[in-house]
Parts: sequence; C-alpha cells; structure tokens
Amino acid sequence: MRLLLSLFLVLLLNACAGPQLRGTGDLGLIIERSSGHVTLVNTSSRQPYARIAGLGDLSHASAVYSRDGRYAFIFGRDGGLTKIDLLEAKIVKRVIQSGNAIGGSISQDGRIVVAQNYSPGGIKAFDAETLELLSEVPAEYAPGKFSKVVGLADTAGNKFAYALFEGGEIRVTDFSDPKQPKTQRFPAGSQPYDGLVTPDGRYFLAGLFGEDGVAMLDLWQPEKGARKILEKYGRGEEKLPVFKMPHLRGWSVAQGKAYLPAIGRHEVLVVDVATWKEVGRIPVRGQPVFVMARPDGRQIWVNFAFPDNGKIDVIDTLAGKVVHNMEPGKGILHMEFAPRGENVWLSVRDDNKVVIYNTENFTKQGEIAADSPSGIFFTSRAVRIGF
Amino acid sequence: MSPNKLALALLAVSCVAWGSEPNAARQKELVHLVRQDCGSCHGMSLKGGLGPALLPENLRDKPAEGLTATIYYGRPGTPMPPWKQFMSEAEAAWIVDKLMTAFPE
Ligand code: HEC
Repeated sequence: MRLLLSLFLVLLLNACAGPQLRGTGDLGLIIERSSGHVTLVNTSSRQPYARIAGLGDLSHASAVYSRDGRYAFIFGRDGGLTKIDLLEAKIVKRVIQSGNAIGGSISQDGRIVVAQNYSPGGIKAFDAETLELLSEVPAEYAPGKFSKVVGLADTAGNKFAYALFEGGEIRVTDFSDPKQPKTQRFPAGSQPYDGLVTPDGRYFLAGLFGEDGVAMLDLWQPEKGARKILEKYGRGEEKLPVFKMPHLRGWSVAQGKAYLPAIGRHEVLVVDVATWKEVGRIPVRGQPVFVMARPDGRQIWVNFAFPDNGKIDVIDTLAGKVVHNMEPGKGILHMEFAPRGENVWLSVRDDNKVVIYNTENFTKQGEIAADSPSGIFFTSRAVRIGF
Repeated sequence: MSPNKLALALLAVSCVAWGSEPNAARQKELVHLVRQDCGSCHGMSLKGGLGPALLPENLRDKPAEGLTATIYYGRPGTPMPPWKQFMSEAEAAWIVDKLMTAFPE
C-alpha cells in the first residue's frame, strides 16, 4: 500500500514538476542558410519541433555536437560560433570568433571546440562549456603568408588534423594542453581543398585540387609523413570544370572500400582501404559533391555540383554501380541519414524544403518546410570520430 | 594605348554593359546564380570563401574587362571555373557592373 502511495506521489510530482525528461538521440537540426535560422527536428516523428533565429550568415554553415547530444556548436560563414541547446530550443552562447570561417570540430573528450578559418587563416580552440578562447594557431606557411584552413577533423588524443589550401600542407595540432598547442607539419601537395579522417581515426586524407591525387597521413605513424594515393587518377585527361568543390567530410567507407569524389571528372573513385590502391571508378551524372554511405554501408548516395545539383545517384556497394537515379528537387545541397539509415533527409535549397526518402524502396516519406535549407545534422554525429 | 583608343575601349565596355542589359527575368536568374552558386565559393553575401570577396571595395581598382573575362573564361590553375556555358559575355559584364556597384539581394 505504501509502495503504491509513493508511486502515485512520484507520478503526481512528475506530472506537475517542470519539463518532461527526454533523451536526445533522435534529434537534429537543419541550417536555413539565407535567413540565419536553424530548425530543430525529431527523426522519430520526422517533424520539426522548434525554430531558432539570430545565427547570422549561415551559408556553408556546419555543426558538431557535444558528447551528450544536447548541445550543437554551429560554425557560420561570418565567423559566428553559436552554441544551442536542443532540449530547451534556445541559443546558449554566441561569439564572433573570426572574419570568415568554414567549419569546426570537437575534441575526443568533448571539452574543446575548434574552429577553422579562412581569414585570418588558422584554427582557434574554445572551451566547449563557455566558448572562451583557449588558444589559436595561425596557418602561417611562409613568413607573413597565411593560408585558408580546410578539412579540420578530430582525431585521438585531442589532436586535430587539417590542411592548408595555399600552403599545400597537412597539419596536426595537439591540444592536450589546450593553452599550449603543439603543431606538426607535413608537405602534402598542391591546393588541398578538403579533408577527412577515417571512421577509426587512423588516416587523414586531403583531396587535392591542384593535382590529381589525394594526400594521406597515417596518424598512428605520422613520422612516416604524408604520401600520395590515387595519383594521376585523371590520367592526364582534360579536366571538366568544377562549379562547386566536393566535400569530403561525411565520406564513405563500406565493405573495406572507400568511395571518394573525383575532381573534374564525373566519377566516384573506389579505393581499397587495406592497400590504398584504386580498385574501381563508378560513372555518375555530374561532379560529385557529397559521397555518403548509408550507416550500414550497403548504399552510397551522391549529390552533385551546379548545374546537376537537382540529381541524386544511389550506388549499391554489392553491385558496384549506380542502381537508382532521382531528381528530388532544385538545388540539393546536403543529405543526412537517420541514425540507422532507414531514411535519408535531403535539403532542397530552391524549393525551400527538406524531403525524406525511404532508402530501401526510394519512396518519399515526408517533407519539412525550411527557408533555403543547406546542412542537416543529426545528434548521431556526437559519437562518431571525424563528425 | 592612345587616349583615342582608350576612349573607344571604354565606350565598347560601357556598350556591352548598357547596350544589352539582360531582361528582368534573366536578371533575376543571374542574381540567384551569383548569390547561390558563385556563393558556394565567394560566400552568399559575397564576403569571400575559398574565392576572394567580390564586394565593391575589393573590385574597385580592377579593370572591368579583366573581371568579365575571369567570369567568362575562368582562371586556369585556380578553382575559378569558366561560366561561358551558362551566360553570354554581355551577361558576365552585367554581373561585374552590379558587383562593382551594389549587387541586388
Ligand atoms: C569553385 C569555386 C568558385 C566558384 C563556384 C566561383 N568562383 Fe570566382 N573565383 C574563385 C577563386 C578561387 C578565385 C580567385 C582566383 C585567383 O586565385 O586568381 C575567383 C575569382 C573570381 C573573380 C576575380 C576577383 C578578383 O578580385 O580578381 C571574380 C570577379 C569571380 N571569381 C566571380 C565569380 C562569379 C560571378 C561566379 C559565379 C558565376 C564565381 N566567381 C564562381 C572560385 C570560384
């Protein structure tokens, strides 16, 4: 009887006392690039639940998550770094950290958020709790010359790997003592345009624009230096113009193979990750921008640069070829898989909506209105290396 | 260049800019193209990204013909691609003219 009574009391208290408890594993956000908003979404109900204003210029904005998936750190083009609370649906803190930023990452232990900047070129480390500046590392590659930073990725031991576009190098900065960072430099090749770290955190890859090939650094044996893979994949043929740079973050390793966008060729390159040798290339309908694996690795979804940015090609990794084509709308900028991949969310910039497709049978499951949507980021990123 | 030739050249440039101003619908398309698709490298607000800022203060001292040629033919060896498949040279000159004054929203 007493047990029942106390149970009743607990229920009563829960009902009156404050907010309902809730986890964050099925939440996410959509960047609305031209109006400085983010829309918060629930991937279980496939519905939006809140909208937050006042985030500045969000063209090319990206987000990373705190370990508990509660807070998102959003890096805006205008150098704004905004921390938002997904449960209370509000901005917790916002700082303008540079003139022109391109993205950022969060450390292995979740305590440090690092922003990568175009101008002034370099990286800056912030306390994830307070957004207080801890230290900065300018991307000075020759006396008085600063480079744009691309491809920043978190790696083990609170280290961050990134590349310098003008400088042509890969760097690894160790923030284990966040106020006294230590940086190692590795010559990489001509004009690295983006980078990524493999899901196990071992390899950092930087795609090169100025030459055919990809620079790779083994982070377990950095003393061996960066080497080139996929060298001369263009075989000296004339390159097609690239109307938008591919993005490597969110890239794909599936079944022991990596799938990478070619530059200036309408192909996805397939690389064996044991030998890092090219094992195939898959023709697609444009210059690939994102080449992303469904979480189980069975499918790779590819979107494209202007003027083919209304198309999506789906590669089946078992068949090794494109098995499905679609045109879901005008200006497909980004895609994000539900945490276990049963559906994919595509942002359709010019149609002002996000569309949701079932990945097994390609039927449309819903759509969400959003003002010029670009990036879509789910909290499942919180637990992945390199996201 | 002799003053005469210079005057002629200037006239030619302004003729391209004025003589064949794109119609209103096309202007809207071009503005959208610049903000959204050029914006992926130059920033939606044209304050720069992988490509340099394209605001009036950045372009003021540069010759318009050169900038028009950059858009039309691209700049080999850099990520700036040629746009000639998607616009005429006169339209590229119109974009430069707008970039150098005030680019429409
Ligand atoms: C894929 C990236 C990319 C895209 C897309 C792009 N640009 Fe560029 N653009 C660049 C880069 C990089 C430069 C600098 C080239 C150099 O180093 O000289 C540049 C240079 C320029 C310049 C010369 C600026 C100066 O100060 O000399 C103009 C003008 C320009 N771009 C206009 C445009 C327009 C208009 C569009 C769209 C129709 C466009 N760009 C699309 C990358 C791009």
